[in-house]
Amino acid sequence: MIELTSVAALGGLTLMLATGLVVANRRLHVEEDPRIDRVEEMLPHTNCGACGYPGCRAFAEALVSAAALPGKCTVSSDAQRDAIAAYLGVDVGAEERRVARLACAGGNNVARNHAEYKGHQSCQAAALVAGGGKGCFWGCLGIGDCERSCDFDAITLNRYTLPVVDEALCTACGDCVEACPKDLFSLEAVSHALWVACRNLEQGDELLEDCAVACTACARCAMDAPDTIEMQDKLPVVNYRAPQPRAAIEHCPTGAIVWIDPDGTVTRGDRARPVLRHSALPDART
Amino acid sequence: MSLARHRYPTFSHGVHPPTFKADTAALPIRQFPFAPVLVIPLSQHIGNPSVPVVREGQEVVRGQLLARADGFVSVAQHASASGVVSRIGLVPSIAGRMVRGIYLKTWPGSSQEVAEGEALRLENASPEDIVTAIQNAGIVGLGGAAFPTHVKLKPPDGKTIDTLMLNGVECEPYLTTDHRVMLEQASDVYLGIRYLLKATGAKRAIVGVESNKLDAANRLRAAAPPDLPVSVEVVEVKYPQGAEKMLITALTGREVPSGALPAELGIVVVNVATAAEIGRLLPHGRGIQERVVTITGPAIRRKGNYRIPIGTPLRFALEQAGVGGEVSRVFLGGPMMGQALSSLDIPITKGTSGFVAFTSRETGVERREYPCIRCGYCVDACPIHLNPAELGLLAKNQDYERMAAELHLMDCFECGSCSYVCPAHIPLVQRFRTAKAAVRKAERAS
Repeated sequence: MIELTSVAALGGLTLMLATGLVVANRRLHVEEDPRIDRVEEMLPHTNCGACGYPGCRAFAEALVSAAALPGKCTVSSDAQRDAIAAYLGVDVGAEERRVARLACAGGNNVARNHAEYKGHQSCQAAALVAGGGKGCFWGCLGIGDCERSCDFDAITLNRYTLPVVDEALCTACGDCVEACPKDLFSLEAVSHALWVACRNLEQGDELLEDCAVACTACARCAMDAPDTIEMQDKLPVVNYRAPQPRAAIEHCPTGAIVWIDPDGTVTRGDRARPVLRHSALPDART
Repeated sequence: MSLARHRYPTFSHGVHPPTFKADTAALPIRQFPFAPVLVIPLSQHIGNPSVPVVREGQEVVRGQLLARADGFVSVAQHASASGVVSRIGLVPSIAGRMVRGIYLKTWPGSSQEVAEGEALRLENASPEDIVTAIQNAGIVGLGGAAFPTHVKLKPPDGKTIDTLMLNGVECEPYLTTDHRVMLEQASDVYLGIRYLLKATGAKRAIVGVESNKLDAANRLRAAAPPDLPVSVEVVEVKYPQGAEKMLITALTGREVPSGALPAELGIVVVNVATAAEIGRLLPHGRGIQERVVTITGPAIRRKGNYRIPIGTPLRFALEQAGVGGEVSRVFLGGPMMGQALSSLDIPITKGTSGFVAFTSRETGVERREYPCIRCGYCVDACPIHLNPAELGLLAKNQDYERMAAELHLMDCFECGSCSYVCPAHIPLVQRFRTAKAAVRKAERAS
């Protein structure tokens, strides 16, 4: 008897709650554009935020409401973008492809450490202990926070512990920009061919003791390309709206300003001192 | 809870690292020679960097104003030796950052005599006069934080200060500067207290001294002027009692609320060395040109307490003190809260209370990190009652937002007690420091 009562009570309760749910589902139903789900399916599901929206779902909503164009998604291939554009009947939209670039070329074969950092292995932590021990305060610490932050495996530390960006894999999501405690990464359009791979704010040849590829603020590049390059705070600043003459890299004595082809090939000027060393520099004795 | 009866008051939790103070505690303060080039950063304090008032190539005399304060939270800088300003440019700083500073080439045979300025007589000075004079003398907290002292003396609107607390605790192992200052400059300390009492309007002053410096406490008691409402209180030896919030708890039993200043309780805490410097400089209208620094550690030959000109490069100071054996690591400000240095070219600044040099014999031990088993040692050690174990696990997963929002990460003042006791050698305080920097960066970005 007791069993029957309990089964009946639970059954009744279930029925009551189910009815409530059915009613709620009918009454409170929100009409959502079914295209949002379709478009989200067509997006790459990386939720990287490179488009400027918090995740693929939000970007899909923006696409359907015509607030954005498919071209903003730098992670999708051309075919994927075209498919979305065709589905929604909109323009693909041209967004110049951007990639992350590192404003430092000081691997451990060219840049010296003053002290050895032995603590918690993270650039963020090392930067808090007397700047991390690198001779150049502005330089890359080479512990690889950026490598770990990259969801696309586009960043790898090379044998000189300098991060190298694989431009084919980079989606310009900006995670490495956030991760770097020295703020060395920035997102640049691939058409930006002239690139200053140094952030050192000091000047003079004494810098070369700490880093052989530092910008010594000699301003030769600014003289070779006066319309494009201006010296600010002891560093050349390239105006990317002006034409970019390749001649600007030719007289750089250290190769701190480089030419990057759209395929990612980096070229140093002919006058740049060749760096022949293939092993890490010894630490400067303190 | 220990069953032993505490003879002296203290705060709860904390740790007892070996103090290593015996090496230098009995050595009197000695004057230091001038380095050939002094490097004077324009931001030796918390706040805006000072603005230079000298040109490159200008000759200056010891004690002359080099840079004026920029705004209220900033202080002046003075020449620590007679010489010529050789360059105004970037100088290395303790944080590893390059900051603007002044290179001062000292004249050979520069005199120790200091130029006098406009004297501030205690009798006819208003509280505002004293606050301005302290700012113009370039005085900052000499305990290590280098926070401009005059800013503390101006309580926030609606608060009144009734107690002035003098911090003579010096809980950091190895350091003995405040100890020597209390022993040798008791009258300066009391004169400084008079200025500070007048500036804040406080009714009484308490000097807090740890029980391993009873000689200093007795010396201060003996020298106390009868008309001054001051008492010298001895507290138990414990780290980090020198943190002002801990000292307030030890002496009054009251706790400073999270995120608030001691002014909330009507208290201002000033280091004894700062008070001594106020008493030493204000009557002559001088500015800070030197400070007492403990140079010690197993790698140092002539350990001691030295009065060193501000801007002396560390390398010169180490050469003068003599280095025996190979130095493997130098800590600025003691081994607990101090910082390992990456370069010996950094200058001694107003916030440098001492440095400790170790050889590879002490620092060679590599420690492997083990997983946290939640033993709770760190929870027992944390002086502000945080949960470092939980914070440490979150920090490992870089869940910085939750650390700040739910576990009061930003209250951590990085005393390092948690890392000190952790049997698994987890670098807790290092991770918290990273987390705090990340939280601050996120706050700035939003």
